[in-house]
Amino acid sequence: MKDIIFNVFLLLTVIPCFWVALSSNIVHAAFSLLITLFGVAGLYVLLGADFIGVVQVIVYIGGILILIIFGVMMTQRGKLLPLSIQLPGKLFAAVLTGVMLVALILTSTKSLWPVAFVLGEPQPTSAAIGDLLLGKYLIPFEVASVLLLVALVGAVLIVRRSVGGE
Amino acid sequence: MPYSLPSFLVVSSLLFCLGMYTVLTRRNAIGILMGIELVLNGAGLNFVAFSRFLEPSQTTSLLSGQVFTLFIIAIAAAEVAVALAIVLSLYSRMKTIDVDEFKKLHG
Repeated sequence: MKDIIFNVFLLLTVIPCFWVALSSNIVHAAFSLLITLFGVAGLYVLLGADFIGVVQVIVYIGGILILIIFGVMMTQRGKLLPLSIQLPGKLFAAVLTGVMLVALILTSTKSLWPVAFVLGEPQPTSAAIGDLLLGKYLIPFEVASVLLLVALVGAVLIVRRSVGGE
Repeated sequence: MPYSLPSFLVVSSLLFCLGMYTVLTRRNAIGILMGIELVLNGAGLNFVAFSRFLEPSQTTSLLSGQVFTLFIIAIAAAEVAVALAIVLSLYSRMKTIDVDEFKKLHG
């Protein structure tokens, strides 16, 4: 049963992912990215990471993807240029990523990982993650919050100066 | 594929490599951003998969992997906000988001 659900989310993740990489229409690519991100959220939940799955849906699908789709729609005017590079460069990229993919797959299937013999039942994770964030990982947590604030102010400044400040 | 650690690693390798291919081949700046999102998702999936399957030890909690995925998501959000701001400001200046046209930016 677990295998079937895993395979459903696997296909939901991987097939639209090819479309993101290969589509010649940027809007199709953006909506395929939505399905991919949703599939990854399903995989997180399947791995027992309920909190991360919900955060993935809220931040990626509710935030980042909306931003990307707005960006696509606001930059569609003007001359239409091809979305990807021409053939020789494409071939080079395909060979490079193909070699890398084969190496990664061989590494991940042939290595002897120290896997637990008996998988425990997934436990609720929110409380434990909260303890870790405000205990062991307090400094990275604070740095991330400062980073988000700086990114927020920086993004507003960059856009204001170029669009509104003339 | 069975529900096991190598299957999850294969999925995240696929996400990573397709993201890298997207970054290498797109000429559209927003297309490149989508590729970066795929790469970051592959990395996050790897962290969570290891935190689920590896042998628990006394010294470190297995949930550390999930905490690092949270940090990845936060950094991805910041990165997309700034990158889209730069793309929009370039678009308002040059009327295109084709990265080949941005060669003019040097010097």
